[in-house]
Amino acid sequence: MSKQAETPFPPGALEREAEIADTRNRWLLSLPAIVIIVCAAAGPLLVMVVYSFLTPGDYGNVKWEFSLDGWTNTIVQRDIFDDTLIWADAHLSIFWRSFSLSLITTILTLIIGVPTAWFVATQPPGRREFWLFLVTVPFWTNLLVRTIAVQELIRSEGVINLILLKIGIIDAPIQMMFTDFAIGFGMTYVYLPLMVLPVYAAVDKLDFRLVEAAHDLYAGRWTAFRRVILPLIKPGIIAGSILVFVPCLGAYVTPRVLGGGKNLMFGNLIELQFGAGRNWPLGAALSLMLMTAVMVALIFYVRITSREQADG
Amino acid sequence: MTSQTAHAEPSDATDTDTDTAAIAVDVDRVSKIFRGETEVRALDDVSVGIRKNEFFTLLGPSGCGKTTLLRLIAGFEPPTMGAIRLGTRDISRLPPNQRPINTVFQNYALFPHMSVAQNIAFGLEMLGKPKAEVQRTVDEMLHLVRMEELKNRRTSEISGGQQQRVALARALAPHPEVLLLDEPLSALDLKLRKDMQIELKRLQHETGITFIFVTHDQEEALTMSDRVAVMSAGKILQVGRPRDVYERPAERFVANFIGESNFLDATLSGGTVELAAGGRFEVRVPEGVRDGAVSVLVRPEHATVHSGEPGEGEIAATAENVVYSGEATVVHLRLATGEAIKIRLANAPQGGEAPPRTGGAAAIRIAPGAVTVLRD
Ligand SMILES: Nc1ncnc2c1ncn2[C@@H]1O[C@H](COP(=O)(O)OP(=O)(O)O)[C@@H](O)[C@H]1O
Ligand SMILES: [Mg+2]
Repeated sequence: MSKQAETPFPPGALEREAEIADTRNRWLLSLPAIVIIVCAAAGPLLVMVVYSFLTPGDYGNVKWEFSLDGWTNTIVQRDIFDDTLIWADAHLSIFWRSFSLSLITTILTLIIGVPTAWFVATQPPGRREFWLFLVTVPFWTNLLVRTIAVQELIRSEGVINLILLKIGIIDAPIQMMFTDFAIGFGMTYVYLPLMVLPVYAAVDKLDFRLVEAAHDLYAGRWTAFRRVILPLIKPGIIAGSILVFVPCLGAYVTPRVLGGGKNLMFGNLIELQFGAGRNWPLGAALSLMLMTAVMVALIFYVRITSREQADG
Repeated sequence: MTSQTAHAEPSDATDTDTDTAAIAVDVDRVSKIFRGETEVRALDDVSVGIRKNEFFTLLGPSGCGKTTLLRLIAGFEPPTMGAIRLGTRDISRLPPNQRPINTVFQNYALFPHMSVAQNIAFGLEMLGKPKAEVQRTVDEMLHLVRMEELKNRRTSEISGGQQQRVALARALAPHPEVLLLDEPLSALDLKLRKDMQIELKRLQHETGITFIFVTHDQEEALTMSDRVAVMSAGKILQVGRPRDVYERPAERFVANFIGESNFLDATLSGGTVELAAGGRFEVRVPEGVRDGAVSVLVRPEHATVHSGEPGEGEIAATAENVVYSGEATVVHLRLATGEAIKIRLANAPQGGEAPPRTGGAAAIRIAPGAVTVLRD
C-alpha cells in the first residue's frame, strides 16, 4: 500500500487516461456504422412513425394534420352510415390468416426440413456439397419465378391435377389456386431452404460421439434423439423457425400470386394501403405493427437462448 | 481358486499367470475389416480372455486396432468375424444400450448441455432407476471422484482433469460389469496423469469392476495393469503380467515397444545360448524356437560395465559415448562383432566406481537370467 505513494502519478491516473483514449477511439471506429444505421434504418423508421400519425391525402401521400385514425383503423373502422366504431373484421381475419399460415408453414418446413438437413449432414463429405447445392439452387432463383412454378403445379390445368385425372383418382380438377392451401404450399416450398440451412449447420456441428455416448449409457434411438440430439441442434431449429416465420408474416409475392385478390396476408394489406387504398397513415401503422410483432418474437428468442446458456 | 480354464490363451503367449479366474469378456477369433476405398484389416483373428475384476490393458502403437477392439466390445460396431462373449453369453449382435458395459471416451464426450450431476445421472435415468436412487448414486459418484463442489457446473466450465473425472463417474454410475477406457489420460499433463493413474487404480479396486484400459504409453501400461496385451497391426502379440511382458517378451516387436532393448546375435543349442560376441548363458527357450542362430534381448539395466580388460565371464567392448542423466549413466558401447549395445548404470554417490571414459576399453558383465531368446 505504501508503495503507491512513491509513484509519480496518483494511483489510477494512467489507467483513467487510457480509458478516455479508448472511449474516443471506440466512437471514431463505430462512426461509419452509426451513419449507416441512422440513414438506412432509423431515418425511414422515423418517417413511418410520423406518417402513421397524419391524415391521408386525397391521392395518396399524407396531409400534415395530426390524426390517430391510422392507428385506430388497424383494428376498428367507422361505420359509414351512423359513425359508430365496429371491428375491422377484414383486417382481423387477415391478421389471423397471416399468423396461422406462417405458423403452419413453419411447422411444415420443420417436418420436411429437419430430416432433409439430417440427411445432407450425414452424407460423406464429398457428396454433401452436391446435396447442399441442390437445396440452395431454388434460393438463387427469383422469388416470382419460383412462385409461378408452384402455380404451374397446382392450378386447375396444372401438373398435379393432370396426373390425378390421368390415373383416375379424381374426375374433376381440384381447386387449389387462390386458397389458403395454395399460400401455405407455396410458402413452404419457397422458405424451405431457410429452414434446412441453419439446421444443417447445427447437425454438421453435432459431435456424433455424444450420440454414441448416449447409446453407451443405455439410451435407445428415440431417447438419444430427445435427450441429446434435439437439445444440441435446437439453436439451429429455432434459428430456422424464425428465419421462416418472420418473412412468412410479411410475405407479399407468394400470397399475391397464389392467394389471388381474396386471400390477403399482412404484406398485401400494407401494399394495398399505399396503392389502391390511398391510406398511407394506415399502411404506416400496419407496417409498424408487423415490425413490433417480429421484434417481440425476436426478443422472446433471445431471452430463451440466453437463459438456456445461463443455466443448462 | 478353480482350475477351470474357461478360455485358451493364445498358445504362444508367455503368460505364466497360473490363477485362472472367471472370464468377464471373451474375445474369440475376432476380425474387423473396414471396407472403404481400400480394405483395412483393423483386427486380425484376435483372441483374448479378460478376467473378472481385472485391470487389463491394451498396449500398442497408434493405429494398431486398440480403439477398434474397444468399440467392438462396447457394441458400436459389429465384428466382421468371430464372437464376443460376456461371460458365456454371446453379445456380438447386441446394440450398445443393451450391454452392461460403459465407456470412458478418449475425448470424454460429456454432454455439453447438461451439468456435471446431470451427466452422471444420465445412464441411471436411462435404466429407469427411481429418482431417489439416481440422486443417491450420483452423490456417491461425485464423492468417489471428488467433484461434489462442482456438481452444478456445466461441463465446459471445468478443467480437463475434472472433465476426465466426470467422464469416469458417468461411466461408473450404472455399475457396469466392464468399464472400457480409451486412452483416458493422454490429454492430461504429466503431473495430472500420474495422479489420475493412482486414482484409476483406486477406483478399480474400490468398485471391483473389470477395467479394459487402452494406452500407447508403455510405462502407464506397466505401472497400472494386472495384465497387458501388446498389440501390433491388428494382432495381439503377447498377453501377460507387466513383469513377464517386460522381462520375457516373446517377440522383437514387444521387446522394442516396451522399454529399451539391446538385440544381439547368438547361437542356441539345447537351453544355452552363446553370444556372437562371447559368453554363454542359460536361457528359457520359447515355444517354436529351434537350435541355431537366434536373436536375444538384453535390457540396458540388466548388465554392468567397467573400464579395463574383461575378466572371467565378461565381454570386451569399446565405450563410444557416455551420457550422464541424473539417476543413471547410459554407456553406449561397441562389441568386437561390431554390434552396438547400451548399458544403464544406476548412479552411486560421487566417489563410487567411475563408468568407463569415452573411447576407452571396457568390460561388460551380463546378469544371469538377463538374456532372453526372441521368437522371430
Ligand atoms: N471407421 C473406420 N473406417 C476405416 N478404417 C478405420 C476405421 N476405424 C479405424 N480404422 C482403421 O483401423 C486401424 C486401427 O484403428 P484404431 O483401432 O483406431 O487404432 P488405435 O486405436 O490403436 O490407434 C487404423 O488403420 C485405422 O485407420
Ligand atoms: Mg485409438
